[in-house]
Amino acid sequence: MGLDLLTLAFERPAIDWHAIAPELVLLTAGCLITLVDIVFLEKARPYTAALAGIGLLATAVPLLTLAVDGTDRVMFDGAYVVDEFSLVMKALFLLAGYVVVLLSTNYVAEGDYWENEYYGLLLASLMGMVMMASARDLVSIFVALELLSIPAYLLVAWRKRDLHSTEAGLKYYLMGVFASAVMLYGMSLLYGVAGSTRLSDIGDSLAGMGTSPAVVTMGIVFVVAGFAFKVSAVPFHTWAPDVYEGAPTPVTAFLSVASKAAGFVALLAFVFVGFYARSEVWEPLFWILAALSMTVGNLVALRQTNVVRLMAYSGIAQTGFMIAPLAVAGHGVVNGDQALSAVVTYLVIYTAMNLGAFTVVIALARRSGSAELTSFNGAFQFAPGLTVAMSVFLFSLAGIPPLGGWFAKFEVFRVLATAGEPWGYALAIVGAVNSVVALYYYASLARRMWADDPVDRDLGPVPVTPSLMSALTLCGVVTLVFGVVPQVVARFTDVSLLALGG
Amino acid sequence: MLLNQFLLLSAVLFSIGVYGVLARRNGVLVLMSIELILNAVNINLVAFAAFTGTIGGEVFALFVIAVAAAEVGVGLAMVLLLYRSSRTIDLTTVDRLRG
Repeated sequence: MGLDLLTLAFERPAIDWHAIAPELVLLTAGCLITLVDIVFLEKARPYTAALAGIGLLATAVPLLTLAVDGTDRVMFDGAYVVDEFSLVMKALFLLAGYVVVLLSTNYVAEGDYWENEYYGLLLASLMGMVMMASARDLVSIFVALELLSIPAYLLVAWRKRDLHSTEAGLKYYLMGVFASAVMLYGMSLLYGVAGSTRLSDIGDSLAGMGTSPAVVTMGIVFVVAGFAFKVSAVPFHTWAPDVYEGAPTPVTAFLSVASKAAGFVALLAFVFVGFYARSEVWEPLFWILAALSMTVGNLVALRQTNVVRLMAYSGIAQTGFMIAPLAVAGHGVVNGDQALSAVVTYLVIYTAMNLGAFTVVIALARRSGSAELTSFNGAFQFAPGLTVAMSVFLFSLAGIPPLGGWFAKFEVFRVLATAGEPWGYALAIVGAVNSVVALYYYASLARRMWADDPVDRDLGPVPVTPSLMSALTLCGVVTLVFGVVPQVVARFTDVSLLALGG
Repeated sequence: MLLNQFLLLSAVLFSIGVYGVLARRNGVLVLMSIELILNAVNINLVAFAAFTGTIGGEVFALFVIAVAAAEVGVGLAMVLLLYRSSRTIDLTTVDRLRG
């Protein structure tokens, strides 16, 4: 067998340059930042953030031309696919990355950190996410996952003289590597069953079985567990609060939206292209993950005293809502497509509102230097604009109309209800109860900002830098537009994967 | 060809690795346990590749080896960072963040 393979003539695979143009531009931008750093050293520091931002905007150009073109492009033997779903997710990653660059601009410079490497790593991680959106093969998913994770481990430990940051980095690294190793073991089992690393082949092979053999069940459970870590679903969430608290806040914002979305992208590709036929295995799995994440996340969030930890647990609870549609996604193409659109919609809205909330946290912490809840007391008296913005984002996270969050939650409940299954209704009830619990802590943070007396006596206005202002505007507009005219924006998230996978 | 023996070896290595990650408190030993899991994966992939007569598994194993090297590089740097700041690589000492 080995000899046959050696004697095969090497044939250059056909490469569709237009389809991988976004990745190439992003790669060029990342390399350029590193190069500028090596050549100009300290002189380049003030321009790095701008360079990173321009690189991300330039990446959006080929993305737009691909969207206008609109044809599905399949490359490398089906391992790399550019379709509607991947384009929407790539655009989401680029926008989230751009907002994170805006958030980092002053934070990183004022903290006297290594700026050039910071943006270089940020772009590398984004590159992994953009690749993940297109990856439809075990190997390309694995490489994309590591490309997005390894720079993220380094970014978390960025404040290297600070023990908290080191601890957060080490915890994130160890749990992340462990999760990806377990996931790889599951992937190796799936490869063994299907004899191919392509997701669509795995899908065909699993569809051909009458019942799930133990090896398939194990493979699916391990893979789902690995990505459940990435999206911080209970019981794989324990790293999230510690890492969020210890990491530099812009990196926390990045992890809480982009890294989570990347985990979801891979999970969706696996479920809808690879595992779809074995819904009796993954539906109960997602049901448990969703119910646990919502309940545990919200209950623990109630007794947090640090706003970053509060956001971490709120993020875990939101993850539960995003997973919920998957628990009833296995009943035919219509149902599956609805569930997929609901998850994508939720991801887009969650990204905007969560980044917005983190922008306010960063802006307020610039003066107080603290993320304790008490430092938010009476924020209306010294930062009225930020207080209004924070209230918008908090109530959006809670799902109050007419803010984006209500449409996201509405879509989730619609999918759960239309499935017409007792399990779906049960999960919808769990979700409804949890929405009320969540409203309590979001509203009490808002009340703290509007009504309580400030702790320190310094009531001068909080300066908001132009970059934070633009980040705030961007997130606020998206949050509002999604809530007020959901139909207009929902057509972007109305994507399908099942047409490809069968 | 006998596939069972390879899968059994891989399952044993995987279990030892998982035990090591969960029970060991020394940073370097945890990293080594993670390597054990990754090598269990490689054995699985290569055994399946030989068994099914496809080449995908062998290619995948090469990718796993290359990426694992990069990963462990970062991991050792983190452990070194911990050692520099607290003069120990005992992971139980790392618990300042909680709540």
